[in-house]
Amino acid sequence: MSTQASRSAARLMLSPAVIFLLVWMIVPLALTLWFSFQRYNLLAPERSGFIWFDNYLSFVSSPAFWGAIVNTLILVVGVLAVTVIGGLLVALLIDQPIWGQGPVRILVIAPFFIMPPVAALIWKNMFFNPTNGLFGELFKFVGLRPFDFLGQAPLASIVVIVAWQWLPFATLILLTALQSLSSEQLEAAEMDGAPPLKRFGYIVLPHLARAITVVVLIQTIFLLGILVEILVTTNGGPGAQSTTLTFLVYKEAILDSDAGTAAAGGVVAVVLANIVAIFLMRAIGKNLDA
Amino acid sequence: MARAVTAQRKTLNTILAWAVALLIAFPIIWTVLTSFKPEPQAVASPPIWFGFDWTVKNYVDVQNQRNYFDYFLNSVIIALGSTALGILIAIPAAWSMAFVPGRKVRDLLMWMLSTKMMPAVAVLTPIYLIFIWLGLLDTRIGLVVVIMLINLPIIVWMLYTYFREIPGEILEAARMDGASLWNEIRYVLTPMAVPGIASTVLLNIILAWNEAFWTIVLTTTDAAPLTKFISGFSSPQGLFYAKLSAASTMAIAPILIMGWFSQRQLVRGLTFGAVK
Repeated sequence: MSTQASRSAARLMLSPAVIFLLVWMIVPLALTLWFSFQRYNLLAPERSGFIWFDNYLSFVSSPAFWGAIVNTLILVVGVLAVTVIGGLLVALLIDQPIWGQGPVRILVIAPFFIMPPVAALIWKNMFFNPTNGLFGELFKFVGLRPFDFLGQAPLASIVVIVAWQWLPFATLILLTALQSLSSEQLEAAEMDGAPPLKRFGYIVLPHLARAITVVVLIQTIFLLGILVEILVTTNGGPGAQSTTLTFLVYKEAILDSDAGTAAAGGVVAVVLANIVAIFLMRAIGKNLDA
Repeated sequence: MARAVTAQRKTLNTILAWAVALLIAFPIIWTVLTSFKPEPQAVASPPIWFGFDWTVKNYVDVQNQRNYFDYFLNSVIIALGSTALGILIAIPAAWSMAFVPGRKVRDLLMWMLSTKMMPAVAVLTPIYLIFIWLGLLDTRIGLVVVIMLINLPIIVWMLYTYFREIPGEILEAARMDGASLWNEIRYVLTPMAVPGIASTVLLNIILAWNEAFWTIVLTTTDAAPLTKFISGFSSPQGLFYAKLSAASTMAIAPILIMGWFSQRQLVRGLTFGAVK
């Protein structure tokens, strides 16, 4: 029943948000594309000029690049595996009738609200540190030599930190989905003699499929951008053992002041993120119509 | 899918659930405990659980030696400022999408979402340079705007899902009674939407408070919030575990409390309505 007047009013009210987001998206992206074809070092601005794909070539052929791609994959897949499987188990557990469900939920969700540098530094110092960390104490207690987690297994240690931060997110969403599962259906299956594992495999898991997809996609978007956790723990090292694509671009831009190469790396990151985004948008878009 | 179980089963589940929950929250609990320890006892071997000399000295030291509250204030300004600005821009947009349905609403929402999926590093250089050119580097206003832009799609999206639940007939009735557009928003829509707006505000303060990419990259000292302050502990000198713990506890406490109130909104806001 909207009139012409309310239509134009609507357009007017929509415009600030749209204009802000349009500028925010197009200007930096256009600049990134432009820089990616330029020789542009912030410390030597006079040596600038159009160099076609040289930045892309030097970014992709740098020794750190393929390592960074592999590290990014390990980080994303590792964290996804831990959070989805762990989140599913925790969600199934706290969905059971228990005493003190409220406090338990609060404890489980708490890590999600910890800002990334706090999470990373708590783990780095108070757990992973070989001399003063609690894991070192634990190793000594069971008669093992303390292990330098961030030095010997930097990427795995970062996976632990990030998985700890994201476990509550997976748990919370899977729990929400679990609670929308009708108990009649499960009871019917139980009466028909379906054992617990079959009930889980044929009723619970299919019901959760959509929620799991959403968890995987949204987390992937965020995980591709992980920077601070690496910055304050290993700084990409030792060597380049924990350098991800995001960290590599950050290093080119901020530490090496090489805006051109960083921009080329940024474009590579955009392409990667978009591949994930397309799948995510499809999953979300379906729900909009429903 | 809660179902009736025996008391024995329930006891077993309770013990297991509490054990898992305490294990997950343990790093936070340990940090809070450590923040009250004298520095030497914070690194004692074997670790001291409760029988240490409780003290608040670390909290005092963090303020006196490192000007904690300057950073805290910046965090508050950035979180509240960006949320307020975002809400102001998003309310009209979400209103028009929810109540003046056009063919383009779906596309528009999806497009807004897509801006959220742009990796931050991809635009790091241009944003950094734009900040230098405009003299916005290390200013609060610059950060307020950037953090607002990052969260604007989520704000619009959340408000839209809340507004859509308000029956349109009520608005039509107000319109028939001759209410102007502004009055309609001010007196009819806003009061009904307050719970939704409050949830959106809460979630966005949390997200803005914890944002740790732009706040670290675009600040040095003047506008640096707590994310930057805490990151400063990455190159330690001397004994610092108890001080790090005190600073961390103060940085996470306000958000933990807010977070507990916004569990439900978290799901709605972060999955863009894909999971209810």
